[in-house]
Amino acid sequence: MYRYDEFDHQFVKERTAQFRDQADRRLKGELTEDDFRPLRLMSGFYLQLHAYMLRVAVPYGTLSSRQMRQLGMIADKYDRGYGHFTTRQNIQYNWIKLEDTADILQALAEVEMHAIQTSGNCIRNVTTDHWAGAAADEIADPRPVGELLRQWSSLHPEFSFLPRKFKIAVTGAPNDRAAIKVHDIGLRLHKNDKKEVGWEVMVGGGQGRTPMIAVTVRDFLPEKELVAYLEAIMRVYNLYGRRDNKYKARIKILVHEIGAEKFRAEVESEYLRHPQQTTEVETRELARIAAYFAEPKYEKLSRFVPAFEEAKRGNPDFARWVKNNTAAHKRDGYTIVNISLKAAGEIPGDATGEQMRVMADLAEAYSFDELRVSHAQNIVLAHVKLADVFTIWQKLGEHGLAAANYGLTGDIIACPGLDYCALATARSIPIAQSISRKFADYTRQEEIGNIKINISGCINACGHHHVGHIGILGLDKKGEEYYQITLGGSSSENASIGTILGPGFAGHEVPDAIDKILNTYVKLRAPHEEFLATYRRVGATPFKEALYATA
Amino acid sequence: MPLLKNSAFVADEWVHLDDDTALADANRVTVSFARLQKDWDTLAKFPGVLGVRLPNTVRATDLMPYLSQLGLIVLSFPGFNDGRAYSLARQLRLDGYQSELRATGNVLPDQFQFMRQVGIDSVEVTERFPLDVWQRASRQMSLSYQRGLFHPVDEREVWSERHQGFAAWEEQPHAG
Repeated sequence: MYRYDEFDHQFVKERTAQFRDQADRRLKGELTEDDFRPLRLMSGFYLQLHAYMLRVAVPYGTLSSRQMRQLGMIADKYDRGYGHFTTRQNIQYNWIKLEDTADILQALAEVEMHAIQTSGNCIRNVTTDHWAGAAADEIADPRPVGELLRQWSSLHPEFSFLPRKFKIAVTGAPNDRAAIKVHDIGLRLHKNDKKEVGWEVMVGGGQGRTPMIAVTVRDFLPEKELVAYLEAIMRVYNLYGRRDNKYKARIKILVHEIGAEKFRAEVESEYLRHPQQTTEVETRELARIAAYFAEPKYEKLSRFVPAFEEAKRGNPDFARWVKNNTAAHKRDGYTIVNISLKAAGEIPGDATGEQMRVMADLAEAYSFDELRVSHAQNIVLAHVKLADVFTIWQKLGEHGLAAANYGLTGDIIACPGLDYCALATARSIPIAQSISRKFADYTRQEEIGNIKINISGCINACGHHHVGHIGILGLDKKGEEYYQITLGGSSSENASIGTILGPGFAGHEVPDAIDKILNTYVKLRAPHEEFLATYRRVGATPFKEALYATA
Repeated sequence: MPLLKNSAFVADEWVHLDDDTALADANRVTVSFARLQKDWDTLAKFPGVLGVRLPNTVRATDLMPYLSQLGLIVLSFPGFNDGRAYSLARQLRLDGYQSELRATGNVLPDQFQFMRQVGIDSVEVTERFPLDVWQRASRQMSLSYQRGLFHPVDEREVWSERHQGFAAWEEQPHAG
């Protein structure tokens, strides 16, 4: 993975000093809270319901063991012993004291991390496929471009005061695990007829209160032109994006209001206006970065590992976990291990400092010293030898990390909701907990199969409810929390926005409602048909009948 | 309001005319963009140096016909979170404008470095912050990752530093 050179170190060091100075000036009263707000946001500090929240960037979701241990240290020393992995592959700490903030940034800098641009109206952490570099279906590892864009977007003087926040997602595989079509910019690496590598550039996707699927502005952008082209898109957005209403300020609204054709014409004309901008240095920089992401030193292994097969035969729980939580690796004898942070009744995405250290140790011993955070709030060990899987599973089990529900009913995405968030209208966490408890039985979960249940505590949709196969949106009606259910959303390459099924439910009614929806699906599905396919085939009516007919 | 230029507060040498005031004897005069467009035939004959005050909703391309004859462009920052003029500044510099670019409006010391980097060289500042705060806040980052920015000699562009020697002679323009 990427390592800082002297420039990266210097950059983060100066930035940390700059924040220290800004915080000092705020404490001395030289800056008002209004002045300080945009500055602290650009450094990742939010003022939440109970305390400051610090959001730390995990660029393209990749962490070294050392970095993960430091995150655990911060959880123990400066928070209440845990951290929350987010749907943007970041981690946030919910109980931070203002006086500790500069020291925490310092501790992050020591392990080549920062919180730059994890909030504010700027380009946020670039996200990508959590199986990058390991997945069997991948064309190329998208993380070098993720790092290129991290650097390019860091303290970009032109794009630090955009109309609204800006999210870029990148994938190098045809199966989209990075939800690129619901990002402000989605980039898909692919090859043209001449076998050259380039980008499909999509713009204007997003969730929030106006969910939209991105439109393609370029089918095939040569790889070396990416930064110059993104500058053109960003400039058009910065100049013409709406600033009169923050709910209409995302780029998706601009694209929608002027139309995809007009938007594309604006971008192309801006791009062609300044051809004196060059691309050679960017190309060389990408090559320099890519060297850090060279394949790890895989051993030549057999696809069949007798001890592994033996362990599965002798231990049904292990066999189940392997079936549900591992995925195909591009190399024989290796697998991708997905650690579920969704044990029944637990808070989705939360991990204790101790759990972070355990996962870091496992990565160091068995997965080339590297971990991933997934946008579904799980942790991935991307390159594990089949021969080591049983040992890893046992160790995970000792620390409450061996839930065998990856991709199943219990693997719920949930935002922090009203338990923490100042914007929330309802709680998300208790709903996720009650659903995962109700469906704790693995046999039932496996019978249902792959399903994405996503929960947001307000219409800003941090819990991705619009693109959940089943989406749950928490709202407030005259002081009472209630929950709207949508069906048919997807964040994959066949992205779609879910449709509201009908009147909402009280929190305690939600698990039963989900139960009825899933029973209906199981009754109606064709052999091997997954939930989304069934829904798209039969439509909403049978689900509505199941939910509301007898109510 | 004090005018910050080259790390010092200096006197404003320009006279800023509203749309109803006749062209003064002054040597340096700014007018609104609306007046520039409307009265260009007259203004083009002005013997002194002409400047323009630009709302941040103007398109840079609309300024092209006048660019070579302007000695000052005043960019507007109505709120410190309204970043449109950063892009305008960058476009004007890319279009070849070489005279003074000035920022006016609600501007914080912490933003001055960004402004300088996109080619703005003077700022009308409020009296809330003393000079040393402006000087310190605007010099905190000695590195930038982006290229093609405006820097004093002791500030460096990371990518250019890493790939020294290539920028000058080997580069190809992008597809445009």
